[in-house]
Amino acid sequence: MTGTSILASGSHPILNMTVQRLGLGLLSLAIVSAIIFTAVSFLPGDFATAILGRSATPETVAAFQQKLGLDKPWPQRYVDWLGGALVGDFGDSFSSRLVSTVIGPRLANTLALAATTAVIAVPLAVFLGIVCARYRNKPVDRFLSSATLASISLPEFFIAYVLMLVLATKLHIFPSLSSIRPGMGLGEHLYRMALPIMTLLFVTLAHMMRNTRAALIGVMSRPYIEMARLKGEPEMRIVLRHALPNAIGPIASVIAINLAYLIAGVVVVEVVFVYPGIGQTMVDAVRNRDVPVVQACALIFSAAYIVLNLIADIISIVSNPRLLHPR
Amino acid sequence: MSDSAIVTPPESLVRRSLKGLRGAPPTAIVGLVIVTAYILVAALAPWIAPYGEYQVVSDMPFAPWSSENLLGTDQLGRDFLTRIIYGARNSIGIALVTTVLAFAIGGFFGIMAAALRGWADQILSRFVDAVMSIPDLILTLMLLAIFGPAVVNLILIIAVLDSTRIFRISRAAAMNVVTLDFVEAASARGEGLTWRIVHEILPNILPILISEFGMRFCFVFLMIAALSFLGVGLQPPMAEWGSMVRDNAALINMGDITPLIPAGAIALLTVGVNFVADWFLGKSSGLADDE
Repeated sequence: MTGTSILASGSHPILNMTVQRLGLGLLSLAIVSAIIFTAVSFLPGDFATAILGRSATPETVAAFQQKLGLDKPWPQRYVDWLGGALVGDFGDSFSSRLVSTVIGPRLANTLALAATTAVIAVPLAVFLGIVCARYRNKPVDRFLSSATLASISLPEFFIAYVLMLVLATKLHIFPSLSSIRPGMGLGEHLYRMALPIMTLLFVTLAHMMRNTRAALIGVMSRPYIEMARLKGEPEMRIVLRHALPNAIGPIASVIAINLAYLIAGVVVVEVVFVYPGIGQTMVDAVRNRDVPVVQACALIFSAAYIVLNLIADIISIVSNPRLLHPR
Repeated sequence: MSDSAIVTPPESLVRRSLKGLRGAPPTAIVGLVIVTAYILVAALAPWIAPYGEYQVVSDMPFAPWSSENLLGTDQLGRDFLTRIIYGARNSIGIALVTTVLAFAIGGFFGIMAAALRGWADQILSRFVDAVMSIPDLILTLMLLAIFGPAVVNLILIIAVLDSTRIFRISRAAAMNVVTLDFVEAASARGEGLTWRIVHEILPNILPILISEFGMRFCFVFLMIAALSFLGVGLQPPMAEWGSMVRDNAALINMGDITPLIPAGAIALLTVGVNFVADWFLGKSSGLADDE
């Protein structure tokens, strides 16, 4: 498929493939939203009574199902829901507040937390991965590799509570709970986000670093690296000049995959530190079985994940020297 | 399933791993010791635990460590150590059942997709792609909201979602095997699909699946702990490590490390299993990681 499109377009394979990836991204967004939406149709028959209580009359059950839109045909409901979602209108929650007013203000908080973590974690992971690949099987690499293997195995809330116990309760450096209020200054905001960010760094860094190392080492076994070595180039130059440019594609895609840990991590970390974001909203909604809110949160998280993967895909296409300089 | 195919590979595998144990790295031995200890505690819980799982032993919730209650009591005045010991049984048992189920589902469909190819493979693979493009925890949370947090639902939801990973692994492994000559020879002989799967394909991909088992178990185990910690996994009064951390978390702000013990127990087991699995993976894939 790719081959024919390159032939057809002549000299713009990058543009072509990028457009193709964008299309695929949109397609997976559509499929994922359909899955998330359809899931509500699998609600067990007794769901209405479970939510409304034993005393629910047939009329209130019918009204409830109408509110969920279960009385309309599936395609119409899906189009209505998706159309609303695109403009930020997710309908009513079961607690009869608008879903958008429940999650709206918290979405910004979560984005701030995730973005700050990613901005610190990605460069740091790539740097440490390079160090490990450069000093492969030396003490630095062995230490970092076993440390990361261990930290991959730790549950997020364990890291979170250890940090809380040491840095907040014992040393009083940071606040133990990250209560954020509107109107707080940026410095104060960051100060309260410190412990959640540190926890998320531990969770995501290990995965990203291991994968960066593996991607680089994969490239390092190619013949042209051997050639560079035989020419007598210094090892650091081999890693940075010869291996890294060819490893950017794989590194970008493994980092995007590992940002999924950031999404799962965000949910747990927000609960631990009582940080007012949509992860916590989603967990509360799951506990109250407030399905419209859960669907909206699931759609937001999945869309973020798909967009991140899309960006990584495009980075790896654009960084591919064979595609950059077509014959 | 025919027993001849099942019995032979594990036997040789056991003998091989016993031989390999001598050359095992220290991390793998530490891992093996940890895993064995956990299994013993889980199996012998009713005999080791000083009190009953649901028994309230003290009027005082959050009692400090003492000679009667070695690790104090929890938020309802139940013995903390007892809850940890029973927690091993519940957490490990449920994670194990879920992982086995996930392997049964994922392995079955993965091998079928590789053996049948064509449209069956296309449908299954595209479905798995779609499910895998939603982050695991998010999809699990959503399904739990819809079906409710009963233990059976929890096991089924996580098993089905995790089976997508195993589907990919077993499909890829089986794809490599089905094109080999001895499988083609078998179909040329006129052997049926089931016979080929049981006698030719399954024994050849079993080592790969076994070495994946540890990794998948850790994943499932951490997922259940995280869900219980969030309050949507295993429900009270069942003792579970994740929910014990949640219920006693208030103590951490007073500088008490007791709630970290169940969290540490989770961490130690996953570290142990990962050490063993890492060694196993390295053995089964040769030096694939480094060269």
